[in-house]
Amino acid sequence: MSELHAQTVSFVRETMIPPAPPPTRQTGALRWLRENLFSGPVNTILTLLGLAIIWFLVSHFWDWFAHSVWNAASLAECRQIIAETWGEGARGACWAVIRERWNQYLFGFYPMELYFRPVMAFGFLMVALAPVLFSESLQIRRIVLIVSAVLTLVLMAMLGSPMVWLAFAAVVMIGAVVIAERHAPWLLIFSVLYPLLGIWLLWGGSLWPQIMVLASIGLGWLAWKLLVRVSPLLAMVAGVLVTLILWLVAVGPAAEDAQRLIPLAITAVDSDQFGGFLLSITIGVAGIALSLPLGIILALARRSDMFLVHTLAVTFIEFIRGVPLITLLFVASLLLNYFLPPGTNFDIILRVIIMVTIFAAAYMAEVIRGGLAALPRGQYEAADALGLDYWKAQRLIILPQALKISIPGIVSTFIGMFKDTTLVVFVGLFDPLKGVSDFVRANFAWKGVYWEPFIFVGAIFFIICFSMSRYSMFLERRLRREHR
Amino acid sequence: MSEAITRDIDRSHMKVSDEVAIDIRNMNKWYGTFHVLRDIDLTVHKGERIVIAGPSGSGKSTLIRCINRLEEHQSGHIVVDGIELTSDIKNIDKVRSEVGMVFQHFNLFPHLTVLENCTLAPIWVRKVPKKQAEATAMRFLEKVKIPEQAGKYPGQLSGGQQQRVAIARSLCMQPKIMLFDEPTSALDPEMIKEVLDTMIELAEEGMTMLCVTHEMGFAQAVANRVIFMDQGQIVEQNNPHDFFHNPKSERTKLFLSQILGH
Repeated sequence: MSELHAQTVSFVRETMIPPAPPPTRQTGALRWLRENLFSGPVNTILTLLGLAIIWFLVSHFWDWFAHSVWNAASLAECRQIIAETWGEGARGACWAVIRERWNQYLFGFYPMELYFRPVMAFGFLMVALAPVLFSESLQIRRIVLIVSAVLTLVLMAMLGSPMVWLAFAAVVMIGAVVIAERHAPWLLIFSVLYPLLGIWLLWGGSLWPQIMVLASIGLGWLAWKLLVRVSPLLAMVAGVLVTLILWLVAVGPAAEDAQRLIPLAITAVDSDQFGGFLLSITIGVAGIALSLPLGIILALARRSDMFLVHTLAVTFIEFIRGVPLITLLFVASLLLNYFLPPGTNFDIILRVIIMVTIFAAAYMAEVIRGGLAALPRGQYEAADALGLDYWKAQRLIILPQALKISIPGIVSTFIGMFKDTTLVVFVGLFDPLKGVSDFVRANFAWKGVYWEPFIFVGAIFFIICFSMSRYSMFLERRLRREHR
Repeated sequence: MSEAITRDIDRSHMKVSDEVAIDIRNMNKWYGTFHVLRDIDLTVHKGERIVIAGPSGSGKSTLIRCINRLEEHQSGHIVVDGIELTSDIKNIDKVRSEVGMVFQHFNLFPHLTVLENCTLAPIWVRKVPKKQAEATAMRFLEKVKIPEQAGKYPGQLSGGQQQRVAIARSLCMQPKIMLFDEPTSALDPEMIKEVLDTMIELAEEGMTMLCVTHEMGFAQAVANRVIFMDQGQIVEQNNPHDFFHNPKSERTKLFLSQILGH
């Protein structure tokens, strides 16, 4: 107080106060308990109530979990073992059904000797995703790549993969780890090629269609390159048209001819042999990858000044959102057959993927529109004032910010869509929750087993959805720009 | 209110040429049925420093926003650097890349660093190679005296620093004309000076400038012409000395007495 001239109101500071460290926070378990759980009468009552509920749940389910049986050939045997060990009338979980039938929950009716192929496709998916999801966090990307390489190779070996395939997978995955250290952007080439590779690994058959698709994209690019000097718009249209026409007309016959000349085929697997999580993840990943760009385009179209574009987008979004997904799936499985020329074989999984994609895209569009609307007008004006055209302004200024705002909503839509893949059971596909479980229960040995499959399938869904949720939070933290 | 400009202004490069930079003739604009700009006639020569003053709602911001077509005019002609503004998008983009604009609320891109804010338009609009664009950006950041902030994000800077980055961002496009839309209105008094200093330096180099501002000190020190607007019309224009000391219209006198009176 020495600096204060106590008799007057006027005050002059002569020495500035240096910054001092903040008081150390008192910690300790007891203190935490008192502050968080027993801070007042209401809080104390709530804490006790919560404990009572937890106790009630645990005491009811504990013996069921504790009496788990892992080794048995049928539900009857399970019950017998439980009765013998824990006495008559005791309850217990019969996890033996999972132990016996895990492969059908994971792979459906995929040929058992080919299980290594979906595993490899999944491992490669991680390689394809790592540079996209963790483009800036080198440490995490390295861990993801190494862990998925090791897991994939070990699992493939355990599933009896032939040496050739094992060697192929080893080259790709270890190669990815090395490239990630040396020249990471190259990994994106694999990400771009992955859809073709993944489809080939899952469905098998000839590799030539894949090569021909690549070739037609190459020709489309050539057309674009030749015309881009004349007019960028014309070049774009020509490039896309050349590619699409080649896909529709030339890819099929050309691939057949090439296959006759140089056979390059692996065992083909039909779509109706897919099932379980293999099916869910295939539809889910394809739906996620396709619905995001489609949703962005729809959101931009809905905000467009052009009447036709705007109206089409609104009609599409409102129609798709106004119809239950199951309706769309029925359309995919039944009605399309009436409209397509007889004899066309349009793969059922592809049809379902298209329907799931447009369904998710309609929701996505609204989520992203919210993000676009949240941006201050000044951002659009600043982009305009600098002379950026519409597409550059969207790509460089507007979308990066709008998508960042929309991350929680986008991931929610992804999670919802992934869980909705179980609805494909209604069009005769074997989803893990009902399709496979019903099939398992159709066997007399496992008639009447309900809880265990539900818990098993639910747990896997939870792990995948929870990972997506955590990733979205990681991404939000990573993209935060205010206080770094 | 208006800060007194204390430093000496170097007028050696402030030359108004005969060449016309902006020519506005008979321009009218409506918001719905509201007539915001009425029969605007304004010719700006290269090298002019014009301050546009007036009460809020008088249409002064709208006027300069019409010059790079952030707002569309409904009748009359606006010709900027020889290019007439019509609905032709190519012309609009061309005018926009020649005309820099600084906003009241800075409008920096928060997801990009200061340096990226400055290099974005040169790289994507002017097709300048990245290295060269960065070198230019650093030069202008030095000019506005914040080269050390190049790697930071706008959210980490003070208001005055953000506005100086916004000026540097516009300058990186090497514009022929700069528009300032109340550049200091959102700033603390201490930060107003640093932004005004930057604007004065720009004027000293001979930049053609149109500033909507309430900084009458700046107008007196730098402008060669002050335009007073009210109810969407140009009420009075004159050189700063006569404008401030010998205003003609009653409306201008009232306005000046209100903002200079205390």
